Amino acid sequence: MNDVRNTKYEIPAAPDQRVADPSSYRGIVIEGVSKRFGSKQVLEDCDLLISKGETLVIIGRSGEGKSVLLKNIVRLLEPDAGKIWIEGDSVTGLRRNDLMELRKKFGFLFQGAALFDSMTICENVGLMLQEHTNWSEEQVRARACECLAMVGLEGAETKLPSELSGGMKKRAGLARAIVMEPEYILYDEPTTGLDPITGDAINDLIIKLQKTLGVTSIVVTHDMPSAFKIADRIAMLSRGRIVYTGTVDEVRTTGHPMVRQFIEGNAEGPLGAF
Amino acid sequence: MIQMIRQVGRFALANLAVAGRGSLLLWAIIAQLPHAWSQRREISEQMHIVAIGSLPLVVTTSIFVGAVTAVQGVYQMEAYVPMKFLGTMISKSVFIELGPVLIALVVGSRLCANYAAELGTMKVTEQLDAMSIMAIDPVRYLAMPRFVATVLMFPVLTVFGDAIAIVGGYAVSVATLDVTSSTFIEGLRMFYFHSDVLGGLVKSFIFGGIVALSGIYFGMNTQGGAEGVGTSTMTAVVSSCLSVLVADYVLAIILFQILFQK
Repeated sequence: MNDVRNTKYEIPAAPDQRVADPSSYRGIVIEGVSKRFGSKQVLEDCDLLISKGETLVIIGRSGEGKSVLLKNIVRLLEPDAGKIWIEGDSVTGLRRNDLMELRKKFGFLFQGAALFDSMTICENVGLMLQEHTNWSEEQVRARACECLAMVGLEGAETKLPSELSGGMKKRAGLARAIVMEPEYILYDEPTTGLDPITGDAINDLIIKLQKTLGVTSIVVTHDMPSAFKIADRIAMLSRGRIVYTGTVDEVRTTGHPMVRQFIEGNAEGPLGAF
Repeated sequence: MIQMIRQVGRFALANLAVAGRGSLLLWAIIAQLPHAWSQRREISEQMHIVAIGSLPLVVTTSIFVGAVTAVQGVYQMEAYVPMKFLGTMISKSVFIELGPVLIALVVGSRLCANYAAELGTMKVTEQLDAMSIMAIDPVRYLAMPRFVATVLMFPVLTVFGDAIAIVGGYAVSVATLDVTSSTFIEGLRMFYFHSDVLGGLVKSFIFGGIVALSGIYFGMNTQGGAEGVGTSTMTAVVSSCLSVLVADYVLAIILFQILFQK
């Protein structure tokens, strides 16, 4: 992780990432969020707007705090400063029970899928239904199988996570993320570590879910082909701040030196090599 | 010198912080007890792991505890004390001290390592985060069932272990130490008090809580990868054993010098 205090570059934040009244904004407002781990300042005064229904891809170098930002949104991590609003409600001020209710609106695909290794794939996918609905075991199982079929995992219901390949685990994680038909899905590097074909299949799934479920998606990645394929809008995080946002076409043609260096994969440039 | 005082101070503060966070976890677990019925399946699975999974260990430990107590008893008492007191000595030692403490140390280490490694692995592979994001409280779903199962099953294992230890002591005494069966049983009956067994059970109940809390706490607070899981498992077992020994002393005073004073 870069330490913001040590940077030799002045990092201007991307414009238009604040709203006058966050409590009336339909979507997610991240305002002035800072997060530090020990002496490492990971996020500093970070602003970002995510509109309802859009797919926003956050790009940036490894260790820049993309995953930390995602985890702050659902309060898996507590911001040291700043506020986050989701559909007008301040997440940072929510009580425990309200936070639990809010989290039911979210699906989260972890980088390593984070499947519960003592449960079968079907049990993994059905757990949330089992805990939060009065459905019978048959209903839970049927819905879990339906979600697994959506991600092309028919027949894998009784397998344990240890019996699946990396791509299958990601797809199972995706099935688990959509089982409650969430309004928001957060993807933490969904294609990292996958071969290009499996990665593209995951991209297609994300697009399909976006079209069929109409969810708001936030995707953290440094896989540019994936970002260009799935994004409505792309935001770049560098040294703790969102330094650029734009549509796919704007990102392709922008002259912003950091974005250019990142998408072209140059070692030379304002981002540095190490 | 100042450096040493600083280090002692840091060590003390770090341990106080662990004790404080452990107490908060205990409170969080207690607050989840009303949900115990809805978690009955998980609790019964954990009870099976605690009780049935530990039986071979309990049987082996208890047989040899009884046997070695008999051998040591004969060695120490032979010249001064009539052999009819051998049964009394074995039963008192086992009910009050050896049964609960050795079960807590031996079975407790097994369970504590199990909890710390399992929950630690879940922590470092983001499974605990995944559970939280699914609006499922890991304390309710994972910690409370393990705690309840351990606290409930430890006294049961202790009763079972006590019985096996007495049988072990009896078998060794009668078979190899020239003590007759009737002499041993007479000694067992002599000076028997329910309070001895009850005291041992109260101890094992509390030791169960200490063992479970230690494993769960260090597991859920694991940092890093495989090395972190190893470290938290080791710390959990060491903390559990030391805490059991300290608690044993405190409980001995409370139970046998204050509550059950004859």
